[in-house]
Amino acid sequence: MENLIALLIAAPLLGAVVLLCGGRRLDRTGHWLGTALAGASFLIGVVLFAGMLGESADERTLHQRLFSWIPVEGFQADIAFQLDQLSMTFVLLITGVGTLIHIYSIGYMEHDERRRRFFGYLNLFLSAMLLLVLADNYLLLYFGWEGVGLASYLLIGFWQHKPSAATAAKKAFLVNRVGDIGLSIAIMLMFTTFGTFAFGPVLGSVGETGEGTLTAIGLMLLLAACGKSAQVPLQSWLGDAMEGPTPVSALIHAATMVTAGVYLIVRSGAIFNAAPDAQLVVVVVGAVTLLFGAVVGCAKDDIKKALAGSTMSQIGYMILAAGLGPIGYVFAIMHLVTHGFFKAGLFLGAGSVMHGMNDEVDMRKYGGLRKHMPITFVTFGLGYLAIIGFPGLSGFFSKDKIIESAFAKGGAEGWILGAVTLLGAAITAFYMTRVMLMTFFGEKRWQPDAEGHEPHPHESPRSMTIPMIVLAFGSVFAGGFFGIGDRFLNWLEPVTGYDHGHAPISAATVTTATVVVLLIGVGVAWLMYGRRPVPVLAPRGSLLTRAARRDLYQDDINHAVLVRGGEHLTRSLVYVDHTLVDGVVNGTAASVGGLSGRLRKMQNGYARSYAVSMFGGTAVLIAATLLMRAV
Amino acid sequence: MSPTAVHSLWTTAAEPLDKIQAPDIEYGQLAPILIVVGAAIVGLLLEAFLPRRARYQAQVTLTVVALAASFAAIIALAQAGYGTTKANVAAMGAIAIDGPTLFLQGTILLASVVAVLTFAERRLDPETHGNHIDSFVAQAASVPGSDSEKSAVRAGFTTTEVYPLALFAIAGMLVFPAANDLLTLFVALEVFSLPLYLLCALARRKRLLSQEAAVKYFLLGAFSSAFMLFGIALLYGYAGSVSYARIAEVVDGSVRTIDPALADTMGNDALLLIGGALILMGLLFKVGAVPFHMWTPDVYQGAPTPVTGFMAAATKVAAFGALLRLLYVVLPGLRWDWRPVMWAIAIVTMLAGAIVAITQTDIKRLLAYSSIAHAGFILAGVIAFTPDGVSSVLFYLGAYSFVTIGAFAVVTLVRDAGGEATHLSKWAGLGRRSPLVAAVFAVFLLSFAGIPLTSGFSGKFAVFKAAAEGGAGALVVVGVLSSAIAAFFYIRVIVLMFFSEPKADGPTVAVPSAMTSTAIAAGVLVTLVLGLAPQYFLDLAGQASVFAR
Repeated sequence: MENLIALLIAAPLLGAVVLLCGGRRLDRTGHWLGTALAGASFLIGVVLFAGMLGESADERTLHQRLFSWIPVEGFQADIAFQLDQLSMTFVLLITGVGTLIHIYSIGYMEHDERRRRFFGYLNLFLSAMLLLVLADNYLLLYFGWEGVGLASYLLIGFWQHKPSAATAAKKAFLVNRVGDIGLSIAIMLMFTTFGTFAFGPVLGSVGETGEGTLTAIGLMLLLAACGKSAQVPLQSWLGDAMEGPTPVSALIHAATMVTAGVYLIVRSGAIFNAAPDAQLVVVVVGAVTLLFGAVVGCAKDDIKKALAGSTMSQIGYMILAAGLGPIGYVFAIMHLVTHGFFKAGLFLGAGSVMHGMNDEVDMRKYGGLRKHMPITFVTFGLGYLAIIGFPGLSGFFSKDKIIESAFAKGGAEGWILGAVTLLGAAITAFYMTRVMLMTFFGEKRWQPDAEGHEPHPHESPRSMTIPMIVLAFGSVFAGGFFGIGDRFLNWLEPVTGYDHGHAPISAATVTTATVVVLLIGVGVAWLMYGRRPVPVLAPRGSLLTRAARRDLYQDDINHAVLVRGGEHLTRSLVYVDHTLVDGVVNGTAASVGGLSGRLRKMQNGYARSYAVSMFGGTAVLIAATLLMRAV
Repeated sequence: MSPTAVHSLWTTAAEPLDKIQAPDIEYGQLAPILIVVGAAIVGLLLEAFLPRRARYQAQVTLTVVALAASFAAIIALAQAGYGTTKANVAAMGAIAIDGPTLFLQGTILLASVVAVLTFAERRLDPETHGNHIDSFVAQAASVPGSDSEKSAVRAGFTTTEVYPLALFAIAGMLVFPAANDLLTLFVALEVFSLPLYLLCALARRKRLLSQEAAVKYFLLGAFSSAFMLFGIALLYGYAGSVSYARIAEVVDGSVRTIDPALADTMGNDALLLIGGALILMGLLFKVGAVPFHMWTPDVYQGAPTPVTGFMAAATKVAAFGALLRLLYVVLPGLRWDWRPVMWAIAIVTMLAGAIVAITQTDIKRLLAYSSIAHAGFILAGVIAFTPDGVSSVLFYLGAYSFVTIGAFAVVTLVRDAGGEATHLSKWAGLGRRSPLVAAVFAVFLLSFAGIPLTSGFSGKFAVFKAAAEGGAGALVVVGVLSSAIAAFFYIRVIVLMFFSEPKADGPTVAVPSAMTSTAIAAGVLVTLVLGLAPQYFLDLAGQASVFAR
């Protein structure tokens, strides 16, 4: 059974190689091949899942060791995989949602002449992401981590003819590098501390290690997670990443890759459990990002950017839950999975809307689309209800659990976190209702596009709607399936551990509060966008709105602090280099050259001078030898 | 005087003769040397009896075959275990057959084969008067510029004596590192030096420069030989013997019996120290260490370029071999006396070689100073005084000799109307005109500079590592600094070749025959193999690092 693990990765990798190297011959069939291999990977995942269910809870972890990757004395890195319940969850999510999005892309990218390449990149992403979650050591995980970074870069910049896309890809790549440095430092620290990279030995010997070291490793891992999962302060790339094709936004920048940070923290749970300071920072980062993303999401008129803000905010929930320790690990992953369904569904819905509206993304130019795009409306609507946590739908179960866990942290911290998560839930309800109302309700505010074509909204082809319908099922039922009877908790607990915490208030109270804030959020949005007509041109808005439209000045801050600071630093370094370093270097060179010129004169061509030199040398040689003996 | 008295004188004088035993010579173990000497003598006979036209073919064939046979004999000896378990002192204590001897003799022979190929190159210059011409003068005895010279050229004379001369030199070089007593050492020195003096004088072009170089080399060589001989005399006075083993025993104090004739001098440390220093000086002269290096640039520049390559490679190998044996076998008991002095010489040699090279404008002089700097690097390994030190020096010598011969072979290719265009300014833009030749030369330069993936790096690394482990860390620092300085002028040549505009009246690159091509290819091959996969050869040198005593 464990021999199948490598095939999970190999199938999409084969697809990537064939599609990217195959050339134009595959232009007609390439997308089918890519989709089939993604599907094959999913089927292998299902087989492994079935096999895993057949085992008892303690014996579900599988290992496969392919070969020794870097066999150096004292430095062992293997190509080896570990499949446990946590990895399994990710495998099913990645391959399942991934396959659906492959199918969707067949329709969505139909008119793009580089479709074969697009599928090649998607397959590359799948294999890298699977490698990331299946690696049994941090070094191999890092390999996958960089692989998804590469795929993300290629896909954000897929429409490279647009300068904005090229810039966005570059920005994502650079910001991610900052996080990657964190991961590489963490791995180096692990190696110097534990002498190995493998999960088992590293996480097993946490008990014998000083808290300072663990805190350092934890913070570096968090830095990595911040980069990949777009958490404050490395959040700035996600909004721009929406320049990529919408299926990419759905798969990579909503459902899977951006959750890699959550995976990393949950996987390294043992380290964080032993380093409370690092955990506190994790929680703070999660809480700040949760509100940051939500506020940004409220102000955006670009449907994809609004959803991107929402993604950031929802991952903030997951990071916050992961920072709570064993109280929250399970629910972080549970929310991750349900979010994978409904956020992918929402993005695919957004893509479907754009598809019907001449690629318009400004929601102020939508309106009244529910009659023209009924399937999109229903599936998007179900995703909407799921994300705001409408009772009975997926998001309700998972988010409610996170809010409960936040309170269960106990003490002042618990109250603060609980309040933040509740506030976040209210804002979520507000901005998602805003998106829903502006897009599907109200009057038509359609505008002709740049070339004067009037939009003729229509339902998308079946290859696009079927994935949306499947995801809508997930959005509706996944939460209930996982949550009722603690199914998900029992499944994941052997890997992550679980702790009840000390809930100061009952679960029922929390649930009630969640529903109340949800209604408030929806109500406010209705008052602002449902009852009144939405102006086509955005009003100036309040100070907060304007700030949120500019992503709370994230780019300005980055520019002022990093770019300007960097420029100043560079300029001063160049100055030092030119004057001091070059001065020393050139001065040395000049003096060596001068010395050379002078010594050269001793070589005057006269044999007698040479003989004198030899004679003198011999005399000195003898004198020195005798002197040595005398001393 | 009566007839009986005469008779008795005769018989009494004759009687003791019966008691002299015939020396016990292990001909098998001396085979490599004997083959080369024999071939040299046959070569002389060929000169005497063969018609002019046939000599070139016969001499080249004889030389290459003899060198190959000699090398085969070395391999056979090594296979039979003479490098390790059966290492011994042969020929009544005159010649040591052991690991270093066989390794160095093998290196000398291989380098010589390659060098002889460059001697035999006859395609670089266009034919004159229907005759092939090589790098050597038509008739050595003719006065430069005279009518006799012109008529010799017109008659198509060639100096095929260079091959037997080279063979004699090689024979001396084979004995030099194996010499196990001071007299053998001195004889070997003269056997290889005298032919080299002659070879230096035989350049076909710039004959005055060539003859000047030969005279300088001869004068200074004789000067240093005198020092050395004096040193040998002093050491004999100290130990009562010229045998290495015996001297070492006296130095150790394990011999107390005093020869009554030498009662005044034996065990006198002043004799030992002065004598040791003088012999050391003679060897340092041959390796070209500062301040005994002054002949190097002039001779390297003046000598015919194939001879320069041969000298720079093979002489250095032989001389370092002898130096190693002297220091490790004869004078180990004195190492606290000679080490500081050798430190100083190594440092000065490395620095002076690298620094003075910077302002050179002639490629052959540049390579001469480079060889001085390399002598300094090798000295750093000699000073380590560990088995690793020996093996690193052996490896370095092997790596260095092929690069050197290859580099000088490339120098012979770049020509203008006056023969070889050795002035650096002429090399500008060579990379544009002849990318392959320039690239090959760049490989050699990078190896000289010690850039990784070339043999120069492996060698330098081995030597510096041995020096550092032998407690000469400061020497390594100086070595690395000099390498940095040296890298400047090596890279400068590369920059000149590839990044400068070619000159309008620049030199042309001659298309060589298979001979020079083989020599250059061997150089590149060894450079890359020793750079990429040095371990086998390092192990080989490591096995060959124990001296027989």
